[in-house]
Amino acid sequence: MFNSRIFSIIRKEFLQIFRDPRTLAMIIIMPIMQLFLLGYAATTDVKNISMTVWDQSQTAQSRALLDAFRAADYFTLDYSVGSQEEYQKLIESGDTRVALVIPPDYDRRMIEGDAQVLMVLDGSDATVGATALSTARLVGQAYSTKILGEQALLSGRSKVPAAPVEVRTQVWYNPDLNSAFFNIPGVIGMILSFITSILTATTIVRERERGTIEQLIVTPIRSWELIAGKLLPYVILGFIETAEILLIGHWWFGVPIRGSGGLIVLTSGLFLMSSLGIGLFASTMANTQQEAMMTVMMFNLPMIFLSGFFFPIAAMPKFLQIVSYAIPLRYYLIIIRSLLIKGVGIVAIQSEVIALVVFGVVIMGAASLRFRKRLD
Amino acid sequence: MTNYLVQASNLHKNFGSVHAVNGVDLNVKSGEIYGLVGSDGAGKTTTMRLLVGALLPTQGEVSICGYDLQTHVELARSTIGYLSQRFSMYEDLTVLENIRFFAEIRGLSSSEWLPRSMEILEFVGLSNFKDRRAGQLSGGMKQKLGLASALVTRPRLLLLDEPTTGVDPVTRQDFWQLVIKLVSQSIPDSPPIFGENGGMPEGQGGGVSVIISTPYMDEASRCHRVGFMKAGKIIAEDTPSNLRARLNGRVLELRGNPINTLRHAAHQDQDVEDVAAFGDKLHVRIREGKSDLVIKRLSDQIKSVGATITELRVIPPALEDVFIALSESNHD
Repeated sequence: MFNSRIFSIIRKEFLQIFRDPRTLAMIIIMPIMQLFLLGYAATTDVKNISMTVWDQSQTAQSRALLDAFRAADYFTLDYSVGSQEEYQKLIESGDTRVALVIPPDYDRRMIEGDAQVLMVLDGSDATVGATALSTARLVGQAYSTKILGEQALLSGRSKVPAAPVEVRTQVWYNPDLNSAFFNIPGVIGMILSFITSILTATTIVRERERGTIEQLIVTPIRSWELIAGKLLPYVILGFIETAEILLIGHWWFGVPIRGSGGLIVLTSGLFLMSSLGIGLFASTMANTQQEAMMTVMMFNLPMIFLSGFFFPIAAMPKFLQIVSYAIPLRYYLIIIRSLLIKGVGIVAIQSEVIALVVFGVVIMGAASLRFRKRLD
Repeated sequence: MTNYLVQASNLHKNFGSVHAVNGVDLNVKSGEIYGLVGSDGAGKTTTMRLLVGALLPTQGEVSICGYDLQTHVELARSTIGYLSQRFSMYEDLTVLENIRFFAEIRGLSSSEWLPRSMEILEFVGLSNFKDRRAGQLSGGMKQKLGLASALVTRPRLLLLDEPTTGVDPVTRQDFWQLVIKLVSQSIPDSPPIFGENGGMPEGQGGGVSVIISTPYMDEASRCHRVGFMKAGKIIAEDTPSNLRARLNGRVLELRGNPINTLRHAAHQDQDVEDVAAFGDKLHVRIREGKSDLVIKRLSDQIKSVGATITELRVIPPALEDVFIALSESNHD
């Protein structure tokens, strides 16, 4: 199947890639940039939320509550204020996210057993808001339980009543819930789909844009040979990029590689087929490199958002969940996360692998049928 | 019967409602240089693209070297060398890399392409530039590179789409010398085309055929036969001398002073069809058989308005006169 004509195209393609600094930079530097950006910046771990306190009680009890908040890493008690206007101003300016208001009668009501504190949250950033809310509740609950226990002791009861239900948690695979472990496999998927599809689409369209396609057309080379010769260099580059991200992810971010290397290569290859197919398909719809780029973006952006990379699919409306079944990145993300973090075997991911094969064959087939070795 | 290397019949190509090619028949023999002339938009490039199978005809058939383009397009293409109007080599590859690439994808093995590429670069005069990036060549050198790349597989048919447009006169001259040399040397199979002793191989009738489109009349006159295209049709096809003969006795050369007065006077004459300026002289096309009458009438008229004539005589028509006459003619 491998013939010299395909090899000639591959050789030419690499010559051109190495002579085009822009493409080269895109291939080598972009993955690293995205990796570091998403590894660090796109962390969804919310920590050190700035908190403002208006302690109207100023008692040992109120200070004990504040200590409880301090003890959890999630909040830093940055400001102490004396009025509603003051904390309102701080929240409006964004200097603080959360305000904790302890009423003047806090200590008295606590003894009576119905103490209340007010927590005001800035909900404009939903992620931070949600984390602050749930953490505040947890801190409050834990603190209440502790107080109940202490009160029970004080009142001379020998037994400390525990909370009616206690949930003990065990986090598997990623006990620290390090979001880099979750993001970096996703970056591999994103980069493979973005860069390879953009590069293939533009490399094919460039022939049309610069007129070289006319010379190619009149050679006896067959369409499939032309497609194979055009795509194979990007398969190779795709694998190099995968390795690049994996190794940096492993050594720098400590992402584990628990599954078998063979499976990672195999499934990445299958996913590459899908994104190359999308690139090829886009190239049949565009006449300039710019158009090709836009077409690829049109495919890729919704794909990224619906793939489960940023937002969990389970939380999407039913309709979007159904749409996400048609997105190869969805399957690859499940596969690569399972392979890297869980270290599963082929059996655990077989349905996703089959889905990738089906998608790859369909998009490649459709694109190849659309690809004409003609000008019209 | 199949002495024709190219046979195209009733070719049509529509782009939407535009009939770019509207019923072209074309037969080109072995060893023939066929010129396709016509103004911009007449359908020359579309015709060329139909002949190489880069466009699918709306209607009609093409066969090249006996291979039907519809059924054996890749076989047909293996006999074709094509130089498109737009530069279509890779600007980021060197001259030699370009030639190598196109040689290889046309099926030349690694042992064949290098000696042959060097031979062809020598032939077109680019040997000294073989390591230069194609994007850094001058216009003329780019065209020579295109020609070299088209020739590397020793095609039997060479299609050149306006190869000399935008190229300086000296290079144009060079380019034509190459084409003529190609055709006069006989042809393919194993003996090298460009060798000193390229003898005619048995059973291989004739040399390279060339179909060239050009807007230049001096180039058209170098072709063995010329097809004149207008509105997607070939409205006249003949040898350059036969085409010129169509206007025998109908072109006058007029010189004198002031030239604008002469032109005006010529335009006024009832038997004058057209006046075209050629530098300091005018070519006056007149109705058939009226030359004596017009010469007499025109010289009287010009003298009566006080202008001077230095020359007024019947001249052998140039191809350009024919071109202009055909461009203005009505067709169905």
